[in-house]
Amino acid sequence: MISNDKNVKIKVENLRKCFGDLEVLRDISTEIHEGEVVVILGPSGSGKSTFLRCLNRLEDVTAGKIHVDGVDITDKKVDMNKVRENIGMVFQHFNLFNNMDVLHNLMLAPVELKKCSKAEAKERAMEMLQRVDLAEKAEAYPSQLSGGQKQRVAIARALCMKPDIMLFDEPTSALDPEMVGEVLAVMKQLAADGMTMVIVTHEIGFAREVADRVIFMDGGYIVEEGTPQEVIVHPKEARTISFIQKVL
Amino acid sequence: MAKIISAYGKLLILAMGRTLLLAFLGLVFACILGMIFGLMSVVKNKVCNIIAQIFVFIIRGVPMIVLAFFVYFGLPYLLNNTLKIGNGFTLTALQAGTICLALNCGAYMAEIIRAGIQSVDIGQMEAGRSLGLPYWTTMRKIIMPQAIRTMIPSIINQFIITVKDTSILSVIGFPELVNAAKNVQAKTFMSFQTWAIVGIMYLVVITILSYIAKIVERRMNRGVKR
Repeated sequence: MISNDKNVKIKVENLRKCFGDLEVLRDISTEIHEGEVVVILGPSGSGKSTFLRCLNRLEDVTAGKIHVDGVDITDKKVDMNKVRENIGMVFQHFNLFNNMDVLHNLMLAPVELKKCSKAEAKERAMEMLQRVDLAEKAEAYPSQLSGGQKQRVAIARALCMKPDIMLFDEPTSALDPEMVGEVLAVMKQLAADGMTMVIVTHEIGFAREVADRVIFMDGGYIVEEGTPQEVIVHPKEARTISFIQKVL
Repeated sequence: MAKIISAYGKLLILAMGRTLLLAFLGLVFACILGMIFGLMSVVKNKVCNIIAQIFVFIIRGVPMIVLAFFVYFGLPYLLNNTLKIGNGFTLTALQAGTICLALNCGAYMAEIIRAGIQSVDIGQMEAGRSLGLPYWTTMRKIIMPQAIRTMIPSIINQFIITVKDTSILSVIGFPELVNAAKNVQAKTFMSFQTWAIVGIMYLVVITILSYIAKIVERRMNRGVKR
Protein backbone atom coordinates (compact mmCIF):
# COMPACT_ATOMS: atom_id res chain seq x y z
CA MET A 1 0.00 0.00 0.00
CA ILE A 2 3.02 2.26 -0.33
CA SER A 3 2.34 5.16 -2.64
CA ASN A 4 5.22 6.67 -4.50
CA ASP A 5 4.47 10.23 -5.54
CA LYS A 6 6.88 10.07 -8.40
CA ASN A 7 5.30 7.07 -10.07
CA VAL A 8 1.99 8.20 -11.50
CA LYS A 9 0.13 5.30 -13.07
CA ILE A 10 -2.98 7.15 -14.19
CA LYS A 11 -3.28 10.87 -14.75
CA VAL A 12 -6.72 12.37 -15.36
CA GLU A 13 -6.90 15.97 -16.57
CA ASN A 14 -10.13 17.95 -16.83
CA LEU A 15 -12.17 14.92 -17.77
CA ARG A 16 -15.62 15.68 -19.06
CA LYS A 17 -18.18 13.09 -20.14
CA CYS A 18 -21.62 13.66 -21.59
CA PHE A 19 -24.23 11.18 -22.67
CA GLY A 20 -26.03 13.30 -25.26
CA ASP A 21 -27.32 16.27 -23.30
CA LEU A 22 -26.65 14.72 -19.92
CA GLU A 23 -23.36 15.86 -18.39
CA VAL A 24 -22.22 13.02 -16.16
CA LEU A 25 -18.63 14.01 -15.44
CA ARG A 26 -17.67 17.67 -15.09
CA ASP A 27 -14.01 18.62 -14.97
CA ILE A 28 -12.49 15.69 -13.10
CA SER A 29 -8.76 15.82 -12.41
CA THR A 30 -6.76 13.38 -10.31
CA GLU A 31 -3.76 11.07 -10.23
CA ILE A 32 -3.44 7.42 -9.28
CA HIS A 33 0.00 6.35 -8.09
CA GLU A 34 1.70 2.98 -8.30
CA GLY A 35 0.64 0.66 -5.52
CA GLU A 36 -2.09 3.02 -4.39
CA VAL A 37 -5.55 1.80 -3.44
CA VAL A 38 -8.08 4.47 -4.34
CA VAL A 39 -11.71 4.06 -3.35
CA ILE A 40 -14.39 6.15 -5.01
CA LEU A 41 -17.51 6.79 -2.96
CA GLY A 42 -20.65 8.65 -3.85
CA PRO A 43 -24.40 8.50 -4.35
CA SER A 44 -26.06 6.90 -7.39
CA GLY A 45 -25.70 9.03 -10.46
CA SER A 46 -22.59 10.78 -9.17
CA GLY A 47 -20.63 9.50 -12.15
CA LYS A 48 -18.28 7.19 -10.27
CA SER A 49 -18.85 4.12 -12.44
CA THR A 50 -18.67 6.25 -15.59
CA PHE A 51 -15.36 7.68 -14.36
CA LEU A 52 -13.97 4.21 -13.78
CA ARG A 53 -15.08 3.03 -17.20
CA CYS A 54 -13.35 6.02 -18.80
CA LEU A 55 -10.05 4.81 -17.36
CA ASN A 56 -9.99 1.82 -19.70
CA ARG A 57 -12.04 3.59 -22.35
CA LEU A 58 -15.09 1.39 -22.06
CA GLU A 59 -16.61 4.85 -22.24
CA ASP A 60 -15.19 7.46 -24.62
CA VAL A 61 -14.47 10.86 -23.10
CA THR A 62 -16.15 14.03 -24.31
CA ALA A 63 -13.26 16.28 -23.28
CA GLY A 64 -10.07 16.14 -21.25
CA LYS A 65 -7.12 13.80 -21.16
CA ILE A 66 -6.30 10.51 -19.48
CA HIS A 67 -2.75 9.20 -19.38
CA VAL A 68 -2.19 5.57 -18.39
CA ASP A 69 1.47 4.65 -17.89
CA GLY A 70 2.36 7.74 -19.85
CA VAL A 71 0.15 6.82 -22.81
CA ASP A 72 -2.62 9.27 -23.72
CA ILE A 73 -5.58 6.92 -24.07
CA THR A 74 -7.89 9.74 -25.16
CA ASP A 75 -5.94 9.87 -28.41
CA LYS A 76 -8.00 8.06 -31.06
CA LYS A 77 -4.89 6.58 -32.61
CA VAL A 78 -3.77 4.66 -29.55
CA ASP A 79 -3.99 0.85 -29.61
CA MET A 80 -6.48 0.51 -26.80
CA ASN A 81 -6.35 -3.29 -26.85
CA LYS A 82 -2.68 -3.17 -25.87
CA VAL A 83 -3.36 -0.69 -23.08
CA ARG A 84 -6.21 -2.81 -21.76
CA GLU A 85 -3.93 -5.84 -21.48
CA ASN A 86 -2.35 -4.06 -18.56
CA ILE A 87 -5.57 -2.98 -16.89
CA GLY A 88 -7.75 -5.59 -15.26
CA MET A 89 -11.43 -4.91 -14.65
CA VAL A 90 -13.90 -6.56 -12.33
CA PHE A 91 -17.58 -5.89 -12.98
CA GLN A 92 -20.61 -5.68 -10.73
CA HIS A 93 -22.29 -8.52 -12.59
CA PHE A 94 -19.14 -10.64 -12.93
CA ASN A 95 -19.45 -11.07 -16.75
CA LEU A 96 -17.86 -14.51 -16.77
CA PHE A 97 -17.96 -16.13 -20.21
CA ASN A 98 -20.91 -18.48 -19.93
CA ASN A 99 -19.95 -20.69 -22.85
CA MET A 100 -16.75 -22.03 -21.27
CA ASP A 101 -15.62 -23.45 -17.95
CA VAL A 102 -13.70 -21.52 -15.31
CA LEU A 103 -10.29 -22.66 -16.49
CA HIS A 104 -10.93 -21.55 -20.06
CA ASN A 105 -12.37 -18.27 -18.84
CA LEU A 106 -8.98 -17.60 -17.31
CA MET A 107 -6.90 -18.99 -20.17
CA LEU A 108 -8.71 -17.37 -23.09
CA ALA A 109 -7.12 -13.92 -23.12
CA PRO A 110 -3.49 -14.91 -22.40
CA VAL A 111 -3.61 -17.59 -25.10
CA GLU A 112 -5.48 -15.54 -27.74
CA LEU A 113 -3.21 -12.55 -27.20
CA LYS A 114 -0.16 -14.81 -27.45
CA LYS A 115 1.08 -13.82 -24.03
CA CYS A 116 2.24 -17.34 -23.31
CA SER A 117 1.76 -20.97 -24.37
CA LYS A 118 -1.36 -22.92 -23.53
CA ALA A 119 0.51 -24.89 -20.87
CA GLU A 120 1.84 -21.75 -19.24
CA ALA A 121 -1.59 -20.16 -19.35
CA LYS A 122 -3.08 -23.21 -17.64
CA GLU A 123 -0.39 -23.11 -14.97
CA ARG A 124 -0.97 -19.42 -14.34
CA ALA A 125 -4.75 -19.97 -14.29
CA MET A 126 -4.48 -22.70 -11.65
CA GLU A 127 -2.13 -20.47 -9.65
CA MET A 128 -4.66 -17.61 -9.73
CA LEU A 129 -7.50 -19.95 -8.81
CA GLN A 130 -5.45 -21.09 -5.83
CA ARG A 131 -4.95 -17.47 -4.88
CA VAL A 132 -8.70 -16.88 -4.76
CA ASP A 133 -9.26 -20.23 -3.11
CA LEU A 134 -11.20 -21.85 -5.97
CA ALA A 135 -8.77 -24.37 -7.46
CA GLU A 136 -11.32 -27.15 -7.18
CA LYS A 137 -13.77 -25.28 -9.42
CA ALA A 138 -11.50 -25.21 -12.47
CA GLU A 139 -13.82 -27.34 -14.57
CA ALA A 140 -17.09 -25.90 -13.36
CA TYR A 141 -19.20 -23.70 -15.59
CA PRO A 142 -20.14 -20.18 -14.43
CA SER A 143 -23.78 -21.20 -14.09
CA GLN A 144 -22.73 -23.70 -11.44
CA LEU A 145 -21.07 -21.13 -9.20
CA SER A 146 -22.41 -18.89 -6.46
CA GLY A 147 -22.16 -15.12 -6.81
CA GLY A 148 -19.17 -14.86 -4.50
CA GLN A 149 -17.40 -17.63 -6.38
CA LYS A 150 -18.15 -16.01 -9.73
CA GLN A 151 -16.65 -12.72 -8.59
CA ARG A 152 -13.53 -14.41 -7.23
CA VAL A 153 -13.15 -16.20 -10.57
CA ALA A 154 -13.60 -12.85 -12.29
CA ILE A 155 -10.78 -11.41 -10.20
CA ALA A 156 -8.58 -14.42 -11.00
CA ARG A 157 -9.39 -14.00 -14.70
CA ALA A 158 -8.29 -10.37 -14.65
CA LEU A 159 -5.11 -11.30 -12.78
CA CYS A 160 -4.14 -13.91 -15.38
CA MET A 161 -3.21 -11.10 -17.74
CA LYS A 162 -0.70 -9.82 -15.14
CA PRO A 163 -2.04 -6.28 -15.08
CA ASP A 164 -0.39 -3.42 -13.20
CA ILE A 165 -3.72 -1.77 -12.50
CA MET A 166 -7.01 -3.30 -11.36
CA LEU A 167 -10.34 -1.50 -11.69
CA PHE A 168 -13.31 -2.66 -9.60
CA ASP A 169 -16.82 -1.47 -10.50
CA GLU A 170 -18.99 -2.11 -7.43
CA PRO A 171 -17.63 -5.64 -7.11
CA THR A 172 -19.81 -6.65 -4.17
CA SER A 173 -23.01 -4.76 -4.95
CA ALA A 174 -24.71 -7.74 -6.57
CA LEU A 175 -23.72 -10.24 -3.91
CA ASP A 176 -25.62 -11.71 -1.01
CA PRO A 177 -24.24 -10.28 2.26
CA GLU A 178 -22.66 -13.60 3.29
CA MET A 179 -20.53 -13.63 0.15
CA VAL A 180 -19.31 -10.05 0.31
CA GLY A 181 -16.68 -10.96 2.87
CA GLU A 182 -14.93 -13.61 0.76
CA VAL A 183 -14.56 -11.18 -2.16
CA LEU A 184 -13.35 -8.30 0.02
CA ALA A 185 -10.79 -10.65 1.55
CA VAL A 186 -9.32 -11.35 -1.89
CA MET A 187 -9.24 -7.64 -2.64
CA LYS A 188 -7.58 -6.91 0.69
CA GLN A 189 -4.86 -9.43 -0.09
CA LEU A 190 -4.34 -7.93 -3.55
CA ALA A 191 -3.90 -4.52 -1.95
CA ALA A 192 -1.42 -5.88 0.55
CA ASP A 193 0.55 -7.41 -2.32
CA GLY A 194 1.01 -3.93 -3.78
CA MET A 195 -1.49 -3.83 -6.67
CA THR A 196 -2.61 -0.43 -7.94
CA MET A 197 -6.37 -0.50 -7.45
CA VAL A 198 -9.23 1.87 -8.23
CA ILE A 199 -12.42 0.70 -6.57
CA VAL A 200 -15.95 2.01 -6.84
CA THR A 201 -17.86 0.62 -3.90
CA HIS A 202 -20.42 1.23 -1.21
CA GLU A 203 -18.41 -0.74 1.35
CA ILE A 204 -17.33 2.13 3.57
CA GLY A 205 -15.81 -0.24 6.11
CA PHE A 206 -13.56 -1.69 3.43
CA ALA A 207 -12.61 1.81 2.29
CA ARG A 208 -11.68 2.88 5.78
CA GLU A 209 -9.56 -0.22 6.32
CA VAL A 210 -7.81 -0.70 3.01
CA ALA A 211 -7.83 2.52 1.01
CA ASP A 212 -4.82 4.81 0.75
CA ARG A 213 -7.02 7.53 -0.64
CA VAL A 214 -10.76 8.11 -0.83
CA ILE A 215 -12.45 10.21 -3.48
CA PHE A 216 -15.99 11.37 -2.82
CA MET A 217 -17.94 12.20 -5.96
CA ASP A 218 -21.29 13.85 -6.36
CA GLY A 219 -23.06 15.37 -9.37
CA GLY A 220 -20.13 14.66 -11.65
CA TYR A 221 -17.56 16.49 -9.52
CA ILE A 222 -14.91 15.36 -7.08
CA VAL A 223 -16.29 16.95 -3.95
CA GLU A 224 -13.63 15.83 -1.52
CA GLU A 225 -10.45 13.80 -1.68
CA GLY A 226 -8.04 12.56 0.97
CA THR A 227 -7.11 9.73 3.31
CA PRO A 228 -9.94 7.57 4.71
CA GLN A 229 -9.46 9.41 8.02
CA GLU A 230 -9.99 12.74 6.30
CA VAL A 231 -12.93 11.88 4.06
CA ILE A 232 -14.84 9.27 6.01
CA VAL A 233 -14.14 10.03 9.65
CA HIS A 234 -13.70 13.82 9.46
CA PRO A 235 -15.38 14.97 6.23
CA LYS A 236 -15.23 18.69 5.55
CA GLU A 237 -17.75 19.32 2.77
CA ALA A 238 -21.45 19.42 3.55
CA ARG A 239 -22.33 16.93 0.82
CA THR A 240 -19.72 14.48 2.03
CA ILE A 241 -20.94 14.83 5.59
CA SER A 242 -24.55 14.13 4.66
CA PHE A 243 -23.57 11.13 2.50
CA ILE A 244 -21.38 9.59 5.19
CA GLN A 245 -24.09 10.15 7.78
CA LYS A 246 -26.62 8.32 5.63
CA VAL A 247 -24.50 5.26 4.92
CA LEU A 248 -22.69 4.69 8.17
CA MET B 1 -55.94 -42.71 -54.36
CA ALA B 2 -54.02 -45.94 -54.77
CA LYS B 3 -54.10 -45.54 -58.53
CA ILE B 4 -52.37 -42.21 -58.35
CA ILE B 5 -49.79 -43.48 -55.95
CA SER B 6 -48.89 -46.47 -58.10
CA ALA B 7 -48.89 -44.59 -61.38
CA TYR B 8 -47.34 -41.32 -60.34
CA GLY B 9 -45.74 -42.10 -56.99
CA LYS B 10 -42.21 -42.19 -58.38
CA LEU B 11 -42.75 -38.94 -60.26
CA LEU B 12 -43.99 -37.18 -57.17
CA ILE B 13 -41.18 -38.45 -55.02
CA LEU B 14 -38.62 -37.30 -57.57
CA ALA B 15 -40.30 -33.90 -57.59
CA MET B 16 -40.08 -33.80 -53.79
CA GLY B 17 -36.40 -34.60 -54.19
CA ARG B 18 -35.95 -31.58 -56.43
CA THR B 19 -37.96 -29.49 -53.97
CA LEU B 20 -35.59 -30.44 -51.17
CA LEU B 21 -32.54 -29.88 -53.35
CA LEU B 22 -33.73 -26.37 -54.21
CA ALA B 23 -34.51 -25.68 -50.55
CA PHE B 24 -31.08 -26.92 -49.52
CA LEU B 25 -29.23 -24.80 -52.10
CA GLY B 26 -31.28 -21.76 -51.18
CA LEU B 27 -30.59 -22.28 -47.50
CA VAL B 28 -26.83 -22.63 -47.96
CA PHE B 29 -26.64 -19.25 -49.66
CA ALA B 30 -29.23 -17.81 -47.30
CA CYS B 31 -27.01 -18.69 -44.35
CA ILE B 32 -24.07 -16.92 -45.97
CA LEU B 33 -26.13 -13.83 -46.81
CA GLY B 34 -27.79 -13.92 -43.41
CA MET B 35 -24.45 -14.06 -41.62
CA ILE B 36 -23.04 -11.20 -43.69
CA PHE B 37 -26.02 -8.89 -43.32
CA GLY B 38 -26.62 -9.96 -39.74
CA LEU B 39 -23.10 -8.98 -38.75
CA MET B 40 -23.35 -5.80 -40.80
CA SER B 41 -26.33 -4.77 -38.75
CA VAL B 42 -24.55 -5.14 -35.40
CA VAL B 43 -21.10 -3.68 -36.05
CA LYS B 44 -20.46 -0.10 -34.98
CA ASN B 45 -20.38 1.20 -38.55
CA LYS B 46 -23.34 3.34 -39.58
CA VAL B 47 -22.87 2.62 -43.30
CA CYS B 48 -22.94 -1.13 -42.75
CA ASN B 49 -25.96 -0.81 -40.50
CA ILE B 50 -27.91 1.15 -43.11
CA ILE B 51 -27.02 -1.19 -45.97
CA ALA B 52 -28.19 -4.16 -43.93
CA GLN B 53 -31.39 -2.37 -42.96
CA ILE B 54 -32.16 -1.53 -46.58
CA PHE B 55 -31.62 -5.13 -47.67
CA VAL B 56 -33.99 -6.48 -45.04
CA PHE B 57 -36.49 -3.68 -45.71
CA ILE B 58 -36.72 -4.46 -49.41
CA ILE B 59 -36.96 -8.23 -49.10
CA ARG B 60 -39.49 -8.09 -46.30
CA GLY B 61 -41.64 -5.63 -48.23
CA VAL B 62 -41.90 -7.63 -51.45
CA PRO B 63 -43.90 -10.86 -51.79
CA MET B 64 -41.62 -13.72 -52.74
CA ILE B 65 -43.63 -14.48 -55.86
CA VAL B 66 -42.89 -10.98 -57.13
CA LEU B 67 -39.23 -11.44 -56.28
CA ALA B 68 -39.24 -14.73 -58.21
CA PHE B 69 -40.65 -13.10 -61.37
CA PHE B 70 -38.27 -10.19 -60.97
CA VAL B 71 -35.21 -12.43 -60.76
CA TYR B 72 -36.25 -14.91 -63.44
CA PHE B 73 -37.76 -12.53 -66.02
CA GLY B 74 -36.96 -9.02 -64.91
CA LEU B 75 -33.22 -9.31 -64.35
CA PRO B 76 -32.37 -10.87 -67.74
CA TYR B 77 -34.58 -8.29 -69.47
CA LEU B 78 -32.79 -5.49 -67.63
CA LEU B 79 -29.39 -6.77 -68.65
CA ASN B 80 -30.22 -7.76 -72.22
CA ASN B 81 -32.71 -5.15 -73.36
CA THR B 82 -32.47 -2.09 -71.15
CA LEU B 83 -28.78 -1.91 -70.31
CA LYS B 84 -27.78 -3.93 -73.37
CA ILE B 85 -24.89 -5.53 -71.54
CA GLY B 86 -26.49 -8.94 -71.27
CA ASN B 87 -25.85 -10.65 -74.56
CA GLY B 88 -28.63 -13.19 -74.19
CA PHE B 89 -28.25 -13.60 -70.44
CA THR B 90 -30.72 -16.04 -68.92
CA LEU B 91 -31.18 -17.78 -65.63
CA THR B 92 -32.42 -21.32 -65.31
CA ALA B 93 -35.35 -21.86 -63.02
CA LEU B 94 -33.00 -23.55 -60.58
CA GLN B 95 -30.60 -20.61 -60.57
CA ALA B 96 -33.35 -18.03 -60.26
CA GLY B 97 -35.12 -20.11 -57.63
CA THR B 98 -31.96 -20.48 -55.57
CA ILE B 99 -31.26 -16.75 -55.78
CA CYS B 100 -34.82 -15.94 -54.78
CA LEU B 101 -34.80 -18.31 -51.81
CA ALA B 102 -31.34 -17.14 -50.78
CA LEU B 103 -32.44 -13.50 -50.77
CA ASN B 104 -35.74 -14.14 -49.05
CA CYS B 105 -34.54 -16.55 -46.41
CA GLY B 106 -31.29 -14.60 -46.09
CA ALA B 107 -33.10 -11.45 -45.03
CA TYR B 108 -35.01 -13.27 -42.31
CA MET B 109 -31.83 -15.08 -41.24
CA ALA B 110 -30.06 -11.72 -40.99
CA GLU B 111 -32.72 -10.54 -38.57
CA ILE B 112 -32.50 -13.76 -36.56
CA ILE B 113 -28.74 -13.44 -36.35
CA ARG B 114 -28.94 -9.76 -35.40
CA ALA B 115 -31.42 -10.54 -32.64
CA GLY B 116 -29.34 -13.48 -31.45
CA ILE B 117 -26.18 -11.41 -31.16
CA GLN B 118 -27.99 -8.54 -29.47
CA SER B 119 -29.55 -10.93 -26.99
CA VAL B 120 -26.13 -11.73 -25.54
CA ASP B 121 -25.54 -9.54 -22.50
CA ILE B 122 -23.39 -6.52 -23.33
CA GLY B 123 -21.27 -7.33 -20.28
CA GLN B 124 -19.79 -10.28 -22.19
CA MET B 125 -18.35 -7.97 -24.83
CA GLU B 126 -17.18 -5.51 -22.15
CA ALA B 127 -15.40 -8.26 -20.24
CA GLY B 128 -13.71 -9.49 -23.40
CA ARG B 129 -12.60 -5.99 -24.44
CA SER B 130 -11.43 -5.15 -20.91
CA LEU B 131 -9.02 -8.09 -21.07
CA GLY B 132 -7.49 -6.59 -24.21
CA LEU B 133 -9.22 -8.95 -26.66
CA PRO B 134 -10.00 -7.32 -30.02
CA TYR B 135 -13.64 -6.92 -31.14
CA TRP B 136 -13.71 -9.80 -33.66
CA THR B 137 -11.91 -12.22 -31.35
CA THR B 138 -14.48 -11.48 -28.67
CA MET B 139 -17.24 -11.99 -31.24
CA ARG B 140 -15.82 -15.30 -32.40
CA LYS B 141 -14.93 -16.84 -29.08
CA ILE B 142 -17.48 -15.40 -26.69
CA ILE B 143 -20.48 -13.72 -28.30
CA MET B 144 -21.28 -15.95 -31.31
CA PRO B 145 -21.19 -19.27 -29.41
CA GLN B 146 -23.71 -17.86 -26.97
CA ALA B 147 -25.78 -16.17 -29.67
CA ILE B 148 -26.09 -19.35 -31.71
CA ARG B 149 -27.77 -21.14 -28.84
CA THR B 150 -30.54 -18.52 -28.87
CA MET B 151 -30.79 -18.50 -32.67
CA ILE B 152 -31.12 -22.23 -33.34
CA PRO B 153 -34.90 -22.62 -32.85
CA SER B 154 -35.62 -19.62 -35.09
CA ILE B 155 -33.14 -20.76 -37.75
CA ILE B 156 -34.66 -24.21 -37.92
CA ASN B 157 -38.10 -22.67 -38.16
CA GLN B 158 -36.83 -20.61 -41.09
CA PHE B 159 -35.51 -23.77 -42.77
CA ILE B 160 -38.97 -25.29 -42.59
CA ILE B 161 -40.61 -22.16 -43.96
CA THR B 162 -38.13 -22.22 -46.85
CA VAL B 163 -39.07 -25.78 -47.76
CA LYS B 164 -42.68 -24.66 -48.04
CA ASP B 165 -41.66 -21.51 -49.93
CA THR B 166 -40.23 -23.64 -52.73
CA SER B 167 -43.82 -24.13 -53.81
CA ILE B 168 -43.96 -20.46 -54.80
CA LEU B 169 -41.22 -21.11 -57.30
CA SER B 170 -43.60 -23.28 -59.26
CA VAL B 171 -44.60 -20.06 -61.02
CA ILE B 172 -41.24 -19.75 -62.74
CA GLY B 173 -41.51 -23.31 -63.94
CA PHE B 174 -39.14 -25.05 -61.57
CA PRO B 175 -40.14 -28.73 -61.59
CA GLU B 176 -40.83 -29.02 -57.86
CA LEU B 177 -43.66 -30.87 -56.17
CA VAL B 178 -46.49 -28.39 -56.86
CA ASN B 179 -45.73 -28.37 -60.58
CA ALA B 180 -45.59 -32.16 -60.59
CA ALA B 181 -48.94 -32.23 -58.80
CA LYS B 182 -50.43 -29.91 -61.40
CA ASN B 183 -49.30 -32.34 -64.10
CA VAL B 184 -50.85 -35.27 -62.29
CA GLN B 185 -54.07 -33.36 -61.81
CA ALA B 186 -54.16 -32.44 -65.48
CA LYS B 187 -53.66 -36.03 -66.54
CA THR B 188 -56.02 -37.72 -64.09
CA PHE B 189 -58.57 -35.02 -63.23
CA MET B 190 -58.53 -36.51 -59.73
CA SER B 191 -58.01 -33.16 -58.00
CA PHE B 192 -58.87 -34.18 -54.47
CA GLN B 193 -56.65 -37.25 -54.44
CA THR B 194 -53.75 -35.48 -56.12
CA TRP B 195 -53.64 -32.54 -53.77
CA ALA B 196 -54.41 -34.64 -50.70
CA ILE B 197 -51.44 -36.86 -51.47
CA VAL B 198 -49.14 -33.93 -52.16
CA GLY B 199 -50.35 -32.19 -49.02
CA ILE B 200 -49.54 -35.29 -47.00
CA MET B 201 -46.13 -35.56 -48.65
CA TYR B 202 -45.24 -32.03 -47.55
CA LEU B 203 -46.60 -32.79 -44.08
CA VAL B 204 -44.47 -35.88 -43.69
CA VAL B 205 -41.28 -34.17 -44.80
CA ILE B 206 -41.89 -31.13 -42.61
CA THR B 207 -42.69 -33.34 -39.63
CA ILE B 208 -39.46 -35.26 -40.10
CA LEU B 209 -37.51 -31.99 -40.35
CA SER B 210 -39.24 -30.62 -37.24
CA TYR B 211 -38.35 -33.77 -35.36
CA ILE B 212 -34.70 -33.50 -36.36
CA ALA B 213 -34.88 -29.87 -35.26
CA LYS B 214 -36.13 -30.86 -31.81
CA ILE B 215 -33.26 -33.31 -31.41
CA VAL B 216 -30.68 -30.70 -32.48
CA GLU B 217 -32.19 -28.20 -30.06
CA ARG B 218 -32.10 -30.69 -27.21
CA ARG B 219 -28.47 -31.55 -27.94
CA MET B 220 -27.47 -27.87 -28.01
CA ASN B 221 -29.16 -27.21 -24.70
CA ARG B 222 -27.61 -30.19 -22.94
CA GLY B 223 -26.35 -29.00 -19.59
CA VAL B 224 -27.71 -25.51 -19.92
CA LYS B 225 -30.36 -24.38 -17.49
CA ARG B 226 -33.40 -23.04 -19.31
